[in-house]
Amino acid sequence: MLLISCPNCGSRDETEFHYGGQAHVAYPENPNELNDREWAEFLFYRDNTKGAFAERWLHSTGCRQWFNMLRDTVTYEIQAVYPMGAPRPAAAPPAAESGTASTAPDSTTTGTARPSIAATSTSTASRSTTAPEGATK
Amino acid sequence: MAETAAPKTSPETDLSLRTSPAELLRAAFEAGSVPGIVELREINFLTMVGLRVSRDTDAGERIASVTGGLPATCGAVSGTGDASVLWLGPEEFLVVAPVEAHESLGGDLIQALREALGDGAGQVVDLSANRTTFELTGPRSRAVLEKGCSLDLHPRGFKAGTALSTEIGNIPVVLWKTGDESYRIHPRASFAEFLGRWILDAMREYASPEVP
Repeated sequence: MLLISCPNCGSRDETEFHYGGQAHVAYPENPNELNDREWAEFLFYRDNTKGAFAERWLHSTGCRQWFNMLRDTVTYEIQAVYPMGAPRPAAAPPAAESGTASTAPDSTTTGTARPSIAATSTSTASRSTTAPEGATK
Repeated sequence: MAETAAPKTSPETDLSLRTSPAELLRAAFEAGSVPGIVELREINFLTMVGLRVSRDTDAGERIASVTGGLPATCGAVSGTGDASVLWLGPEEFLVVAPVEAHESLGGDLIQALREALGDGAGQVVDLSANRTTFELTGPRSRAVLEKGCSLDLHPRGFKAGTALSTEIGNIPVVLWKTGDESYRIHPRASFAEFLGRWILDAMREYASPEVP
């Protein structure tokens, strides 16, 4: 049983939460211009990271609020809890393979977002979380 | 339910027609209670109002003036007089008031909250039929709850006058500590029978003499 620290409620059992999948999946800027392949990749293709993984969680039997969490998929260690819309914090060093994990997700999951991402990682992250958050409500 | 089936009648008639979610366990609650050790009963038909409003807005302040404040943090309960406001989320609250506060009995609480919200962003919803209320009292009530609730219920962490959304026996409830040895448990109506039986089962050992 994981003990998850909700930003609003403090530490609670894992059973009070629901998993929301990978975080920071950017909604395509021009959805109409995607071909089927790219659209399918946006909808269904997610990373299967070994190591630090940014994911969304919902405290469904508590405050009913979404938040992001950085969790190690090998050790289950929760490395960071941060609000929706915030950029992904730097992965903690312990997991050796997780070094490049933070850049890989965007390139594999969002087809057209790739060229426009070039700017800074923080702007990408903040833009990417707004759409999925709204889509889930 | 009963109200829609019959035309508007007197409050006494309406009350007699209503059935509370754990009505069929009433006798079992009485039989299962151990006087002076742990007692369980259902409190019927409390008026409950769901609020969704941001505390920082004008509408939030107007509503706070009606309810006697809105709680700011998880677990906090505010309110003056009969109505209490429980914190459910950063912008979500539950008002718990006596039976008489409901519109059908001539109360004006819900209407006052609606008027306070006005056209501000938010919601005022009558949720009186959504949850029922169990009252668990007695020195062993904490031990009963600890069988199915993973929160730290020790008085050093869970003080009287706080309310938390959590799970008891895998049922989502609002657990409200109203006194040092008294708790109110608000399960949703459809879970009331299961949770009632679960608590009765958890209480059963305290009816027997303690084995040294």
